[in-house]
Formats: sequence, structure tokens, C-alpha cells
Amino acid sequence: MNNKEFVIILCNGSSCLKNKSNDIKNELIKQLEKNNLLSKVEIHLSGCLGMCAKGPIMIINPGYVIYGNLKVENIETIVQRHLIKRELISEFIIKEDHLFNRFFRIFGDVNFFGRQMRITLRNCGIINPESIDDYLSVRGYEALAKVLNEMTPAQVIEEVKKSGLRGRGGGGFPTGKKWELTAKVEAKEKYVICNADEGDPGAFMDRSAIEGDPHTILEGMIIGGYAIGSQKGIIYIRAEYPLAIKRLEKAINDARAEGFLGNNILGSNFSFDIEIRLGAGAFVCGEETALIHSIEGYRGMPRPRPPYPAQSGLFEKPTLINNVETWANIPVIILEGADWFSSIGTEKSKGTKVFALAGNVVNTGLIEVPMGITLRQIIYEIGGGIPNNKKFKAVQTGGPSGGCLPEQYLDTPVDYESLIKAGSIMGSGGMIVMDENTCMVNIAKFFLEFTQNESCGKCTPCREGTKRMLEILERITEGKGEVGDIEKLERLGNMIKKASLCGLGQSAPNPVLSTIKNFREEYEEHIKDRKCRAGVCQRLLRYIITDKCIGCGLCKKVCPVKAITGEPKSIHKIDETKCIKCGLCYSKCKFSAIKKD
Amino acid sequence: MKDEKIKIYINDKPYIVKSGQTIMQAADSIGFHIPRLCYHPKLSVEGACRVCIVQVQGMNNYVASCAFPIQDGMKIYTNTPELRQARRDIVELLLDNHPEDCHTCERNSNCELQRLAMSMGIKKRHFVGEKKHYNRDLSSPSIVRDPDKCILCGRCVRICSEIQNVHTLTQAYRGFKTVVIPAFDEDLAESVCSTCGQCINVCPTAAFIEKSYTQELFEKLNDNSIVKVVQFAPSVRAAIGEAFGFEPGTQKENELVAALRKLGFDYVFDTQFGADLTIMEEASEFLERLQNKQKLPMITSCSSAWMKYLEQFHSDLIENISTCKSPMSMMGALIKTYFADKIKRDKKEILSVAVMCCTAKKYEAARPELMIDDVRGVDIVVTTREIAWMIKSAGIDFVNIKGKGFDNPLGLSSGGGAIFGVTGGVMEAAIRTAYELYTGETLIEIELEELRGFNNIREGKIMMEGKEIRVAVAHGLGNASKLLEIVRKEPDRYHFIEIMGCPGGCIGGGGQPYAGSSSIPLDENVLKKRAEALYGLDRNKTIRRCHENPNIQKLYKEFLGRPLSSLSHKLLHTHYSAKKPEGILPAEFKVR
Repeated sequence: MNNKEFVIILCNGSSCLKNKSNDIKNELIKQLEKNNLLSKVEIHLSGCLGMCAKGPIMIINPGYVIYGNLKVENIETIVQRHLIKRELISEFIIKEDHLFNRFFRIFGDVNFFGRQMRITLRNCGIINPESIDDYLSVRGYEALAKVLNEMTPAQVIEEVKKSGLRGRGGGGFPTGKKWELTAKVEAKEKYVICNADEGDPGAFMDRSAIEGDPHTILEGMIIGGYAIGSQKGIIYIRAEYPLAIKRLEKAINDARAEGFLGNNILGSNFSFDIEIRLGAGAFVCGEETALIHSIEGYRGMPRPRPPYPAQSGLFEKPTLINNVETWANIPVIILEGADWFSSIGTEKSKGTKVFALAGNVVNTGLIEVPMGITLRQIIYEIGGGIPNNKKFKAVQTGGPSGGCLPEQYLDTPVDYESLIKAGSIMGSGGMIVMDENTCMVNIAKFFLEFTQNESCGKCTPCREGTKRMLEILERITEGKGEVGDIEKLERLGNMIKKASLCGLGQSAPNPVLSTIKNFREEYEEHIKDRKCRAGVCQRLLRYIITDKCIGCGLCKKVCPVKAITGEPKSIHKIDETKCIKCGLCYSKCKFSAIKKD
Repeated sequence: MKDEKIKIYINDKPYIVKSGQTIMQAADSIGFHIPRLCYHPKLSVEGACRVCIVQVQGMNNYVASCAFPIQDGMKIYTNTPELRQARRDIVELLLDNHPEDCHTCERNSNCELQRLAMSMGIKKRHFVGEKKHYNRDLSSPSIVRDPDKCILCGRCVRICSEIQNVHTLTQAYRGFKTVVIPAFDEDLAESVCSTCGQCINVCPTAAFIEKSYTQELFEKLNDNSIVKVVQFAPSVRAAIGEAFGFEPGTQKENELVAALRKLGFDYVFDTQFGADLTIMEEASEFLERLQNKQKLPMITSCSSAWMKYLEQFHSDLIENISTCKSPMSMMGALIKTYFADKIKRDKKEILSVAVMCCTAKKYEAARPELMIDDVRGVDIVVTTREIAWMIKSAGIDFVNIKGKGFDNPLGLSSGGGAIFGVTGGVMEAAIRTAYELYTGETLIEIELEELRGFNNIREGKIMMEGKEIRVAVAHGLGNASKLLEIVRKEPDRYHFIEIMGCPGGCIGGGGQPYAGSSSIPLDENVLKKRAEALYGLDRNKTIRRCHENPNIQKLYKEFLGRPLSSLSHKLLHTHYSAKKPEGILPAEFKVR
């Protein structure tokens, strides 16, 4: 930290950028210049720090003081008070922030951050993602050097196998075994692919990992290429991630310039290069065979397996596909050893998992936790519980095709098998918390709408079946449900799960089936009683004017269908048969005289 | 390894089968027909329809039997109650998004979806809801695309790209909105579609059908002020019987002549006469090119889909294309001139109809280059399927009809003309004539086995006065492009090439009768039988060489003079030019 008095880290992740962290940087430079402090302060732009809900974030060292929710006009205060007068500004300090403070208090010891444990995100927020020197300073490319100097490809595969690492894209296939299968196939050309086609709504694990530490991904892929005997890597990333793409491009160029990519890497006989392919943003292209078709220039549609990509993948050559998070684990496993890695987690699920924690939870953001942690610990200890004193209702893991788990599953350990047993999936790491104000029928409809829209349209069960399920759910939420609808949903859902061509269809009915299993009474209420207990399904609401009504007549005036009658200064009445449940009267009433039922 | 025998269990009964097969292939080999829809043995495995699912012990999900390989000891269940319901539901889901207009549908009683629904035992409907709706594409002169009937099996997409190498069609959009369209959702007429009609052949429903001209034709047939003349192609007689329940390969030449007369045609001529004439012109053109050291190899031009494909994708080879019109168009030209003179009628008073095995001929007939002065040589083209329907619709008892002979002078043909309808036939007929024109001697061994059969690309050699003439034959546009690649690399490898746009040649054309319930579209056994019907016609003729046809000789004497005369050039030859369909032009070049 040479002669600088302060090192200021500004979060430069997508979410903070959206919240004008660039303006804050400019303002900071301006203020520093004005006060002649520029030479004393080092400004450092980091990748996503994970505390997206409180961005933009600024960390001032020494002291690991974290300021959040910053606005441009706050900067002058920070410079004046913190940098010049050297006092803490309590109103900007982020409180109740165990997630963060621990992470930084033990900076330098990359093993444990309390409930969190950062392996794949170990450098995110700590190094400048656009500087290869920064990466090198945290033992970057050391794993690659170790592999090239000391290990045979077979030893590398053995180490990955021993680590117990499983695919983080959702399937959970043992990574080492995948490598071994691909290595075994004899072919002149083989490909290594990084699947960065993150498509779950609300998920940003891969994007943040790349934005925060692109070199780790590259290093993992180069090691993978060495292990299976490939010379060509491709990163398939969605075009909607411009910052991640820019950082990857820079990282690839820098790695080439430093001899980590290209011919005879680090003076060895091994040559490997990486190129970036942009996807147009189809959810199904996260499926490996669809992704391969897309790279080949065809419409992204899956094909039946076998043959698996390990035997016949990109351009019919053996291909090793892993997702971003899986690749990011590789350098650590090589450096720290398989024994260390496999000491983390449960018997069958080793290491950590990154989740995008979202929904009705206090600390939304990006977290990395050891396998085996319970859902309760994530939601209440890391996530800080449910805001506004609401009651917890369900948590959905695994993105749009995961299941919704109620209270009684909160002590389920987060690992591949336990989540499946509970009726959900690990998926690629979406985690959405829902409070009591969530209608489970509506939420199932929401997710199914997404998967139906994103179905590639190739196989009948997924294309046609999810459409019919969606129609039934729409009917139910509009108060037109019929007895027998639940059974139809189950019949179609179970068929679609077992008969669809790819993972998208095979998991699309999960939100519906799991909510039927865990919240069947809510479905029945919708159908039989025409009632939505969460008050979400508009068409099922009943608006009633209570005796708080003073007869001002405003509701009568705004009602678009003339459903409200009543004389001035007397209690008005809503005609149920005319009411279209638009809610206008409810929102306009100044006396809270209208209640929803 | 492929010949190794392994044991599998189907519904708990053990069977010994060859390894290296899919579950479906293995089941087929022991007499279990697993229901299927998107699968076609000539096309890549799609695995899309999920109708052929089976249960395999140890696997959670159902597996598509068309794609999944068998393993030793595998326990397969094809008919459990659970599976039957799943399969039933899948087919019902297809029906739920399909117009329920079977009574008025082109494919009624010959529809794979109908048959499948029957065999699934769908009696009650559970999931009725919204149906997709897209407009029908009526832009092409040959093919109608009706997306509402499409069940997205993808066979059309695959045959168009894998067999024909045209790549007109693709699935587009996602989810429930998925639809098969030409690139950029252009009209078929503006797309690269070759109009070959193979999409119609493989479509299980009526999502692709030919543009029908039957109503127009019925009206014209009732017009007594015009002379109604019809010709039909060699392969029509080899296949039309199938539409009336005859075994494939039953040739029905005379019966069709009689039926066409009953339909109301005044003269029934034979496209095989046009084929004989084509050989006269084409063989002469070939010898002229050979002797004058002009552009070789010469490539045949009688297949209309092939010509459109060439103009769009291989226009660098246009100079290699024979300038001869197709037999149909030569006939059209003669009907409107030579024949019109004979019956002393103006060409505008003649309706010239062609019954073809082909949808592309509808496109060809409308080509402006083929106009005779200001009229078309062929006014209406109907397919084998359309004429079969017309015969039925007019109440003509085709099954018991008494056969009749063609009218003359354009009804007499040689065996060489008959085999035009099968891949390799044009080349065989051309060699029979070219040999004699070149050497002055009659070729004795006229059945050229190396050019027969259905191998993708076939080569042959013939010695003419010590000169070796090397020829090649390709059928299907995909094979054609492979052959053209060879020509580009080795321009001197061949002297003469025959190309047919459809697999098997005209007998496999896009206008031929649909496969029945017991066969699959483009079944090679059916194609073989149709081919055999035409080879049989050839064998049974006393005149087997085109130039020996006395009516051809008379035509030259009375009218044309000699092959390649100026009148021949005017009536029987044409030209081709490079084309870029609007559908693949960059936006700034489009005329809108």
C-alpha cells in the first residue's frame, strides 16, 4: 500500500454501477483534488461485493469501514469528515452487516467468513478485476504453473475427482468423472466450454463471478484443457452481460500477453487459447446440447443424449462443458489440494455453493456458503430474516424450475440430495424467499409462464404441456378453477417431468408440483372458495365498504364500471356482480373504509 | 462389435438382438412396433415428439426409444399403464393444438396424426385450450405452408437441410409460439425453396401440401370452346395405382389414359415422347460440346427443382447446364405449335395440362423464359395426387377401368423415355442415343447397371470409338451439391452428368401419392418398386432407343429439321441465370 494513507474500494459491480457508482467515483476524485489528497489516497474499483441491496458500497481502509447507500452529495462529507477529520460517519455505516464485516475482518485468511465461505468468489471485491497483476498477487495462475510443472493430466483429473467437486450448473454430475470421460475419448481435436449463459430470472452468480474475478475462470479452463488434451476453449456468455464480456476480453488479452494463454504456455509443450461466443439470451441455451448447437450456428435446441458431449459435442468433437462456478473452483482445488476441498461440505456434496439470495429477505445479494448449511441459517443468519415482521412462507431454490419449500423444510441441509429429497433442486443457485403475502398459486403461475415462454418448442410435453398447465393456473387465479384441475395439473406435470427431452422440460413443472404438494389447501381455496388468502389474485378479491364510510362519493366517481351506489353522506355499496376488482376504489378511499376480503 | 448379439428384455420377455442398435430398431427387429412420429429412418434423430417413449428399468425418466441405445441385459417396458397414459396424453396435447377440421382436410384418412390418435385410444379430451394461429403461406406457385396444421415434428426442416441441402425451413420463436418458417419469416416464394416438395412427402399432417389447381382445371374441362390436351410424366404411371389401393410398382399407363379421357380431355399425350425428344436434343448438344471442345461436363436440366436450386446456389456452373427444356416444357411447346397446326387451331384455344409427379413443375411452367411467343407452353400442372383425387371426385372407377392407348403424334415413346422417371434413366437413355449418333453403330448392351440403383452418387464409363466418356449421376439436391464439389475440384473428371432434384428421381417426387398406413414416406422399397415398373416398361418395348421413335423422326422431318436447328433452339431450348431470392437479400436491396 506504498505511501498512501487510505485505500478506498468502490464496488463496481453491475448493480452498483446501475446506482451511479461511477458518478460517485468522479465526485470522489474531484473532492480529493480539491483538498489536495489525490496523492494520499488509492482508489480501487472492485467486482461485485455481494451487498447489492445496500449499494453503492464504499470501503475505506485501514479500518474496513463500509459505507453504503451512498449518493453523490455524500462524498464531500466523507472526504471532509473521514479523510480529513478522521472520524467515522455513523449514518453511512452499514449496520447489522455480519455478512460483510466478517468477510473483511478476516481478510487474509481465505478459509472462513463466518456463515459464509468464499472459495469461488474469494477474490471478488478484493482485487481489481481488470488487473492481471492484482490477480497474480493473490496467487493467481499459480495453480496453472503447478499443473504444468508438477502434474500429469491424469494426476490433475485424479485430484479433481478426489475433491468431490460436482457440476454447479444444476445437474450435480461429478466434475472429475466428466473430465475423465472426455479425456478418455481419443480425438485430435477437443473443446473446453465455459457455460456462462446464466438465464434464471434474478440470478447473477456467474455474472458477478466473472465481473469480479475473470482470471480465475480462465485459469480453471486452461487447467481443464491440459487435463483432457484440448487446445481450444470457448466461453459462451449472454450478450446482456456487457461488463462481464469486457472484463473477460481484457483478461484474455492480458493472459495472452503474459504467456498464460497461447502457444507453449509458461514454456511447456501445452498450447491453449480461449475465445468468447455471445448468446442471444435464450434460457434453454444453458442446456449443454442446446448451447453447443448455438455455438455451431444453429438454433439453440437440445438434442437427445446419449451421445454425451464428452463423446460427441461441439462440431462432433469430444467436449468438456462446465459452468462458471465449477471452473472457478478448479484453481483452488489444485492449490489447496483435494483433501482440503473435500473437508468442506457434506458426504456427497463438497465445497461451497454461491446463491443469489432474493425476495422477501432483509439482506438480498450474493452469498457463498459451505454445502450442508441449512436453509434456515441462510435465510435468518446470513439473510437477516424476513423484513417488516412478516412471517416466512416458502423458499424456492434452483431458479424458475425449482420447488417451493415451506417452513417444515427450513432445516434441510443445502446439498444436492437433500434438496431433491425435499422436492426441490440445487439448480444453478437462485434462492427466492417468500413471505406470507405471497400467493403460492400465483407464484407457480409466474414461474411456469417463464419456462413456457423459454421452452425451445422442440418437444411436445414441454411446448404443449406447460401451456395447458399455465392455462389451468390462469383459470384458477381468475376464479374459474374447476374441481379436478389439481389432478389435471399433477397428471400433466408428472408426465412432462418424465417425458421431456431436456432438463428445462423435465424440471418446468417443479414449482407447480411442489406448491400443490406443500400448499394444496391454497389451491383448493382458490378453486372451491374462490379465495386467495394472500390477497394477490385480483380476480378473487372482494371489496367491501365498511361503516367507516362517510359517503363522500369519491369511490362512486372513480369506479369505471359503475358498480358502486349510495346516497351522499350515507354508506356506499359495491355490487359484486358488476365489480371487476380493479382496486381503484380501494386505493382512492381517503378514509380506509374499503376493505379487501 | 455391431454384429455382437446381446440379450434384452421387452415387457419381461428375453430376446437376443444385435448390439449397437437403438431401442426402437431392436424392438422393430423382433416385431414390436413402438408408436412414433418425428422419427424417420433417412433423417437425423430428432427426439422431439416423445411419442416413442419407453420405460427402462433403473431410469427415472422415460427414454425416447428412437435415440436411446440398447445395452446387454436392459429391461424395457413398452406398454405399461403409466406409459400408455403418458403417450396418450402427449398425442392428445398435439391434437389440442391442431385444427379440428379433419373432414375437410387434404390429408383426411391419410394422416399420421389421425392414425396415431386412433391407435392411442384417445376418446376423451382433458386439456382443451388455446390453439395457435398463423396465416397460411400461399405465395409459392408449388407449395402451401399451413402452420396451424404443423405439429413441429421437424421432418420438413430435416429433409430440406439434410437430404436436400436447401435449408429453407427452420423452427422459429419459442414455447407455444414455435412455428416452422423460411428464414426471416419471408414468404416461401421469396425464400430459397427449390419447390421440390419433399417437405410434403415427409409431413405427417397437411402442414405442407401442393398448391392445388384442381378446381380451375375442373372448370376448364367443362369449357367446350377450347381443346383440352394433357400429358403425363413417366413416373406418374408408376405410382398412381397406389392412390387406388394397388401395390406399389403396379404400372397404370393405359388406365390413366382412359381415365383422363373420361375426365374430359380431348387428347392424351405422353411426356415420354417429350423425353425422347429431349434426348435427341441433349445428346446432340453433348456431342457438339464434345467435338467443339466447349464447356464440359454437361449437366442435365430436366429437373425443375434442381434448376431453381442451381440458379440460387451454384450459378457459377450455369454454363455447364444443358440448354434443353425439360420433356414437359418441350411437349408444351410442341402442343402449342406443331400440334396446334395439325388440328388447325390457334394456340390460344388450346389448354395444355401436365400431370406430374412433381410440385416444382408448377413453378417451371410459370417461368417467363419458357413462353411460346405470348402463351405458356403448359397452362396447368397437377400432381399425381391431385389427378388421383380428380378421378375419384369425378366418380371414375379407376380400379376396373379398361385401358386405352395414347393419342398421336405425341403419344408414341421409346423405352428410353420411360426410364426418365428414375434416377440414372436420363443418362442411360442419352448414352443409348449419343453412342449411335457418335459412332454410327447401335449400342447393344443398353441396360447400364452401374447407373441404376439408389447409391447417392454413381459413376460410369463408356467407350465411344476409343474415346472414354465418363459420366456421373446424383439424385437429391444434397447429393447434387456433393457431386458439384467434385466437379469444381476436378473439372475434367466427367463429361456428362445427370442430376435429379428428388431422392430416387421423379418416382420420389413431391407430388406422388402419400405413403399408406403400412409404409413410411420415401420408403426405399416403394421407390424400388416404382423404378422396377419403369424398367419393366422399357424392357417390354420394341423401341428402346429414343432416336428410333418413328414419330420423333417424323417430327424432325416435317417440322424441326434436325436437332439443334434454329427452330429447335427457339422452341426446345432455354437459358438460366443466377438468382438471389428476396428472402436472403440484405434489407437495402429488397423491393418493397
